Amino acid sequence: MPRYIGKEMSRVDGVAKVTGRAKYAAEFQVPNLAYGFIVLGTVAKGTIKAIDTREAERTAGVVRIFTHLNAPKLGPKASTEYAPPRNTREQDKSFRALQSDRIYFNAQPVALVVAETYEQARYAARLVKVTYNAERHQTDTEAVREQARAPSQGQPAKTRGNPQEAMRNAPVRVEAEYRIPIEHHNPMEPHAAIAVWQGDRLTVFDKTQDVYGVRTHLATSFGLPEPDVSVISPYVGGAFGASLRPNYYPALTAMAARELKRPVKVVYTRTQMFTGHGYRPHTIQKIALGADRSGKLAAMIHTAVHNSSTIEDFNDNTTGFTRQVYACPNLYAPTLIVPTDLPTPTWMRAPGAVSGMFALECAMDELAYALKIDPLELRLINYAEVDPESGRPFSSKALRECYRLGAEKFGWKDRKFEPRSMRDGRLLVGWGTATGVWGAFQRPASARITFRIDGTAHVTSATSDIGPGTYTVMTMIAAEYLGNRPEQVKFELGDTKFPRAPSQGGSQTTSSVGSAVHGAALAVTAKLLALANLQADSPLKAAAAATDVEMLDGRLRLKSDPTRFVVISELMRRNNLTEVTETFESRPSPERQKYATMAHGAQFVEVKIDPDLGQVRVTRAIEVSACGKIINPKASHSQEIGGVVWGIGMALQEATEIDHRYGRIMNPNLQHYHVPVNADVHEIETMFVEEDDTVVNPLGVKGMGELGMVGVPAAIANAVFHATGRRIRELPITPDKLL
Amino acid sequence: MRPFKYVRASDPAAAARAVAANPHAKFLAGGTNILDLMKEDVERPSELVDLTRLKLAEIKAARAGGVSIGALAKNTDTANHPLIRRNYPLLTQAIVAGASGQLRNMATNGGNLMQRTRCQYFYDTAMPCNKREPGTGCGALEGLNRIHAIFGWSDKCVATYPGDMANALYALDATVRVRNAAGRERAIPVDEFHRLPGDAPERDTNLGHGELIVAIDLPKSSFAKNSYYLKVRDRASYAFALVAVAAAVELDRGRIGQARVVLGGVAHKPWRSLEAESALTGKPASQETFERAAEAALREAKPLAHNAYKVELGKRAVVRALMRASRLA
Repeated sequence: MPRYIGKEMSRVDGVAKVTGRAKYAAEFQVPNLAYGFIVLGTVAKGTIKAIDTREAERTAGVVRIFTHLNAPKLGPKASTEYAPPRNTREQDKSFRALQSDRIYFNAQPVALVVAETYEQARYAARLVKVTYNAERHQTDTEAVREQARAPSQGQPAKTRGNPQEAMRNAPVRVEAEYRIPIEHHNPMEPHAAIAVWQGDRLTVFDKTQDVYGVRTHLATSFGLPEPDVSVISPYVGGAFGASLRPNYYPALTAMAARELKRPVKVVYTRTQMFTGHGYRPHTIQKIALGADRSGKLAAMIHTAVHNSSTIEDFNDNTTGFTRQVYACPNLYAPTLIVPTDLPTPTWMRAPGAVSGMFALECAMDELAYALKIDPLELRLINYAEVDPESGRPFSSKALRECYRLGAEKFGWKDRKFEPRSMRDGRLLVGWGTATGVWGAFQRPASARITFRIDGTAHVTSATSDIGPGTYTVMTMIAAEYLGNRPEQVKFELGDTKFPRAPSQGGSQTTSSVGSAVHGAALAVTAKLLALANLQADSPLKAAAAATDVEMLDGRLRLKSDPTRFVVISELMRRNNLTEVTETFESRPSPERQKYATMAHGAQFVEVKIDPDLGQVRVTRAIEVSACGKIINPKASHSQEIGGVVWGIGMALQEATEIDHRYGRIMNPNLQHYHVPVNADVHEIETMFVEEDDTVVNPLGVKGMGELGMVGVPAAIANAVFHATGRRIRELPITPDKLL
Repeated sequence: MRPFKYVRASDPAAAARAVAANPHAKFLAGGTNILDLMKEDVERPSELVDLTRLKLAEIKAARAGGVSIGALAKNTDTANHPLIRRNYPLLTQAIVAGASGQLRNMATNGGNLMQRTRCQYFYDTAMPCNKREPGTGCGALEGLNRIHAIFGWSDKCVATYPGDMANALYALDATVRVRNAAGRERAIPVDEFHRLPGDAPERDTNLGHGELIVAIDLPKSSFAKNSYYLKVRDRASYAFALVAVAAAVELDRGRIGQARVVLGGVAHKPWRSLEAESALTGKPASQETFERAAEAALREAKPLAHNAYKVELGKRAVVRALMRASRLA
C-alpha cells in the first residue's frame, strides 16, 4: 500500500513562498549590481535610422547605453528545445536583441540603458531618441490568411481516406469559421535575469521553465563551453509557456554584464512582457463536419491558419488532436501559418489543443443541433475505441467514464435540448459540454539521489516548478520509494548543476522527472541490496532483483517476506558509508510505441446570461479528467481548477488588441488586457477518473496541466448557444457580441 | 519616472499657492491614478504637492438637510458613511462599483473627480494623443475605439471619463467647492466641472491651475428611496464601465416626479440626459415609459467604428436601471 502517493499533501515550498523566503529571479542579491531598462521601438517594420543617446547619457547614474551600434554580436544559435507537444526539434532562430538595425515588430527592444539604480535607468530610457525608416508592415492575420502555407516544422498533414468525397456524400453537414485572437500568458511574475561573470564563467539567475535550454542558448551566444554557464531558477511565479524558449533578455543581460564587467539585472515591465516572450497566435479555423443521420462522422475537414513572425516559423499544431479525438474514416486537418510583422508566437497553456478543440467541439455542438441529437450522445456515438490516426490501441482511455461521471454530477439528463429553453428568473440558463484531450508525453530525464545514513535524502533534477507542485510531487515519489518520510527528503530543482531534465512544458514533468526520481530510488535500493548480499548470511539472498525488495522505515526488506530485512544504517556503517548516491536517467519505454498514449477529459458548464445586458457568468463547471494515476490529489485539483479559470478567461475575456495601422499592441497591461478576477469564478468542481496504466511510465501518470482547460472555452461557447440561441464563433464572448 | 520635486502642503491655501506658482505642478492625494501615469511617462509634473496631511476628510451634515464630503475623504469611508448610505445610496453604489477595495481605501473623492481617461492611446506615449500631447492627433478616432465615446466627442478626442462616483454626483446635483491660491472659494455645479473635449482635450475639467477641490456638497435629496447604479463591464469586477447608468426617480403612487438619468462610459464627462428625464417626469413608472426615456437618452448618440453596441447597450441599461430604481425589477 502506498504511503504517500495518491494522498493529499500540502506544498513543501508553500511556507517559503508565503513568507518571502522563496527567491525569484529578480530577488537574488549580488554585490555591485547595475540595472538595465529596455527601450522599445515604435514602428512595426523597417530599420533604425538614428539613435540619439546623448541626453540620456548625461543623466545621473547612467553607466552605459547599449544599442545595435555598440552591442557585441552574439554567436550562432544551436537548437535548444524539443517543442512540446510533438517532440520535434526546433531550430533556434529566436529573436535576439540589438543585433542589427532591422525592426521585425513593434515594441522591439532597440536599446538597453544600464544605470546604478532601476529608477535612473528607467528615467534615462525615456530620453533615448530613436528615428526609423519605416516600411509597410502587415500585422493582421485576417488580411493575409490566403497566403498561409505549411510550416517548416512538424509533421506534414496526411489526408485520411477521401474527405472531400465523403463530405459531399454526407447527408448532414455543418461548416463554420472560428476565430481566436492573440492571447498573452500574463503570469504574475515578470521575466527577469541577473547575469554575473567571473572571468569567462557566466552565472544567470533567470525565470525559466528550462534551465538547460537557457544554458545552451547562452553558451552559443557567447561561444562558451556549456559547463562554463550556470543557470539558476529555483522558483517561477507562473509561466504557462512564456518561459519555455529562451527569451531575448537573458543574453541581452549577460551581454551588458560582460561589457561592463559587473553584474546586471533586467526585469521586464508588464508592457515589455507583451513583446518579450511570445503569445498564443491569432488563429482562424474553418471546419466542416459531415455525418450520417445517426450522427456517425463520415468526414472532418479542419483547416487552421495562424500567424507567425517573419523571423521564424512557429507551429501551434492547432489541428493535431482533431486527428485523434473521434473515430472518423475521412479526414483532412492541416495547420497552416502565415508570417506577420509581430514577435514570434509561442506555446501557451494547452497550446494548439485548446484552440483546435474550441473549433472542433463547437462544431460538434453545431452538428448535434443539426442532427437533433444530444451533444453528449453525439460524442459517444463517435467515441474512438482505438487511435483513429495510428490504429493503435490506447494505453488507457477512461473518457467514457469521464462523460458518465461528469454528466451525472452535473445533472445533464435534466437539460432541455432547445436553445433558450432554460431560465433562472430573468436570466437565460445554458448548459454546454466539450471534450478535453492532451498527450501523455514522456521525455528523457535524470535525477540524482543521495541517501544518507540518518535516513534523509537529497534529491535533485534540473526541472522547474512553475506552479503545478513539482517540488511536492517529487518529494512524495522519493519518500515513497526510499521508505522514509517526506520531511526527510529535500528535493531541489532549477539549476544546471543538477542532472538534466526537459523543459517544464507539455504536461510531462511528473511522467519524465517523476520516473527518473523513481528510477534513482530503485537504483539506491539496488545498491543497498548488492551491499547486503555481499554478506554470506544476508537475509535478502532470496531477492533476485531490486524490485524484489523495498526500503521502508530504515529497513531494506523482502517484499515477499517482510520479516526478512536488514537495517539500512547498520548496513551502511558496516560498509563505511555515510551516504549512497545514484543518478538515474529514465527514458520512454519502447512499449509505448505500440500504443497511443493520451489523457482525456470532459467538461460540463452552466452559464447564466442577462439577456438585456449580454453579461455571461459561468455559474457552474464540472471538470472530469482521466490522466492516469493521481499522485497528489490536492495539487492536482488545484491544477484543474486553474485550467477551468483559464478556460473562462479565454472564452469570455482575453484578447490582445492590435492597432494594425501601427502594428502595435494597444492593451499591453492588466487594466486593458482582462483575465478573470475572483468575482468571475463561481462553482468549479474537478474530479479524476483514475486509470491504471502500466504502459505510459513506471508511475502510471499522465499530464494534466494543460488538460483541464482544453474543452472549457468550447463548453462555455456551447452553453452560451444553449442559453441564447446565438452561436458566437469569435472569442472572447464579450457583452457587445450578445446584444 | 522623471525627477520631480515633492512638497508636503501644510494648509489648503499653501497647497493652492504652491501649485499656482508652478505651471508644471500637480496635487497629489491618493495617488492611485497620477502615480501610475507618471510611471508610464504620461504625466510629467515637475512638482507634486502632497495634500494628504490636510484636514479635508470630514463628512458632515450641512445646511438644509444636505451633506458635505471632504475632498480628501477616502472613497471607502465615503461609501460606508451612515449619512451617505442612508440619504444617498446611489453614491454608495457608484463608489463600490469602481476599482477594488484596496484602491478605494487609498483613493480620495477629489482625486476620483480628477481621474483621467483610460483610453489606450492616452497611455501609450508612442501613439498620437491630443489629450496627452496636443497637436499629435487622436489615435482612437479611427483606431481601436470599442471603449470610447458615443456622445460629445470631437475629432480631436473620443476619450471617455472613466469614473463611477461622478456619475452619481451628477444625478445628485452635487456642487464641487474649490479654493484658489488667493484663498477665494467658488462652487462649481458638478455638471460644469468636467468638460467636453472640443478643441482642447488636454483639459479634462474647468478647474483653474492651482484651484484645489476642498469639498463636494450634496443638497438634500428626494431620491434616497428610488435610485440605482448599474455598471456593465467586460468582467464582474475590476473593470471600467462599457456603459454605466445612474438612475434616480421620485415616485408618488407610481407616478414619476423628478428624475435623473446619467450615463457613464459614453462621453468625456458623465452624460446627463435631460431628454430622458423630461420623458420620465409626470409619467407612470413602467417599462414602456422607461423604454421611451431610453430612446430619448440615446437618440443623439454618434457611435464610432467599434462602439455602436453602446447605443443599444445604453438603452437597455437605462431601462434596467430605471426598473431597478423604481423597484419594478
